[in-house]
Amino acid sequence: MTETETAIILLSAKVAIAATLCALPPAFAVAWLLARRRFAGKGLLQAIVTLPLVLPPVATGYGLLLLFGTQGPLGRTMEAVFGLTFAFRWTGAALAAGVMAFPLLVRPIRLSLEAVDRGLEEAAATLGAPRVIVFLTVTLPLALPGLLAGAVLAFAKALGEFGATITFVSNIPGETQTLSLAIYSLLQSPTGDAAALRLIVVSILLALGAVLLSEWAGRLIQRGGDGRA
Amino acid sequence: MGGLEVDIAGKAGSFAVSARFEAEPGVTALFGRSGAGKSTILKMIAGTARPDEGRIVVDGRVLFDAAAGIDLPVRARGIGFVFQEDRLFPHLSVRRNLTYARWAGRRAAGRPLPEVVALLGLEDHLDRLPGTLSGGERQRVAIGRALLADPRILLMDEPLSSLDRQRRAEILPYLEAVAGETRIPVIYVSHETDEVARLADRVVAVEAGRVRAVGSPAEILGGEEGGEIVALLEGRVTGIDPHYETATVDIGGATVELPAPGLPAGARVRLRVRASDVAIATRPHDGLSIRNQLSCTVERVSVTGSVAEVLLALGEQRLFSRITGKSADTLGLAAGQRVVALVKAVSVERARLMRPDEAVE
Repeated sequence: MTETETAIILLSAKVAIAATLCALPPAFAVAWLLARRRFAGKGLLQAIVTLPLVLPPVATGYGLLLLFGTQGPLGRTMEAVFGLTFAFRWTGAALAAGVMAFPLLVRPIRLSLEAVDRGLEEAAATLGAPRVIVFLTVTLPLALPGLLAGAVLAFAKALGEFGATITFVSNIPGETQTLSLAIYSLLQSPTGDAAALRLIVVSILLALGAVLLSEWAGRLIQRGGDGRA
Repeated sequence: MGGLEVDIAGKAGSFAVSARFEAEPGVTALFGRSGAGKSTILKMIAGTARPDEGRIVVDGRVLFDAAAGIDLPVRARGIGFVFQEDRLFPHLSVRRNLTYARWAGRRAAGRPLPEVVALLGLEDHLDRLPGTLSGGERQRVAIGRALLADPRILLMDEPLSSLDRQRRAEILPYLEAVAGETRIPVIYVSHETDEVARLADRVVAVEAGRVRAVGSPAEILGGEEGGEIVALLEGRVTGIDPHYETATVDIGGATVELPAPGLPAGARVRLRVRASDVAIATRPHDGLSIRNQLSCTVERVSVTGSVAEVLLALGEQRLFSRITGKSADTLGLAAGQRVVALVKAVSVERARLMRPDEAVE
């Protein structure tokens, strides 16, 4: 493994982890709204959340460029308020990956929230627990398997994200060139096949590791739920 | 002495409920058929359903007052609630479930955990998860969890209805133990006559969303029961014969003797007498194996075909006798007549030790 390849892997991991962690809170909030609340425009929200899944990734990437580019309205705001720039930076790659992974995060969390027995929350209230405590001690632990499943799915998606990333932040080695983009570049060059293959093996291992980790954690939680501890 | 005062009216869906009753420390049963509105009334007391008007007061503390705009949230009502299903938290150990009100609800540690654990026989289960317990054990944990919430009032919504016969029989003694030692009002919703007869001190009969009658279990439950007519008599054990293992029970003037190994003197008992176990004589008799001969007044005689049902007044209590129509005619039974009831069998429906502070009536 060359130094460049290690750097690519580390960058990809950084981008995917940042994307997953940053997308998690808003995804949970949206899942909560969809699972627990009734409001006008719920169908529309559902459709918007699903959009990155059904839109061509290139279109999503272009949309991000328009919104979060240096001249985009949100890009300018973010820079002015937080000093955060996205265009042609690794943060932009993380943003693109996060947006693409968002629907994959929302769905399992929503399903697991819907599966939480509201009667248990009611019982917790009769025992004097305030809403926040009920959420932290009952709802969240019971929804954890879904949250975990969503996070792993999102991480894997973020790791492999290509179309939106290359459109939004281009393919800059050392800054925005993640695994997928590097493999693509290597395959473009007549001598890159062997290096590409190595990176492909690495991405297989990374994805496999993530899935196995989530299965293991899921079983751990499941065992708690079934009471075989 | 504080207690529960309920005077509410409201709707659950399109079903109108209106109820007015009071409950003192001890067990008050909300009794009625399924769909009579019992559970809705209970939910309104708990705060999980909202009445349209009225007041709910516990121990002088207003939980709900529509006119004053008071509607305390569930968590602030100081209740303990036992649901039909156990509703234990599946991811928490029995111990963490039992103490949930303390670590999550910040309720005061009213009584020691070991005391409640012993009362409900949960010593061996504390570190297990609810999923590994039987249905009966789970419901016992649920009862303990409610007791440990330091409640000012304990609400139970048909806690045995989700269990089979065997499990119910297994839990009833624990419920009796809870009922026997509690010093707070317990509102027990049920449509099962035998549960109510065993547990309740008072019965609020609910029908079509309204309170039909309030009274003692004997007053409300006596009469028809599954095709069989039974009477419930309230009494107190005044004497024990250790040799024959019989107890003498004072039932308001008259006494009955019954086989009752293990009943302590002073225990309050509720006796069940089936109409088919009561014969009638016009005067006392000697030379009978039947030792319980009670002097009664005939209140009513109703003849249906070959069967006569006779309602007898024994002081304040009521007794039923089922004899043949021919016997009734031969004896010339009529309302107001003094007769002797010959009671062949008496069973103890419920026994409870007197508390020292309970006045002897």
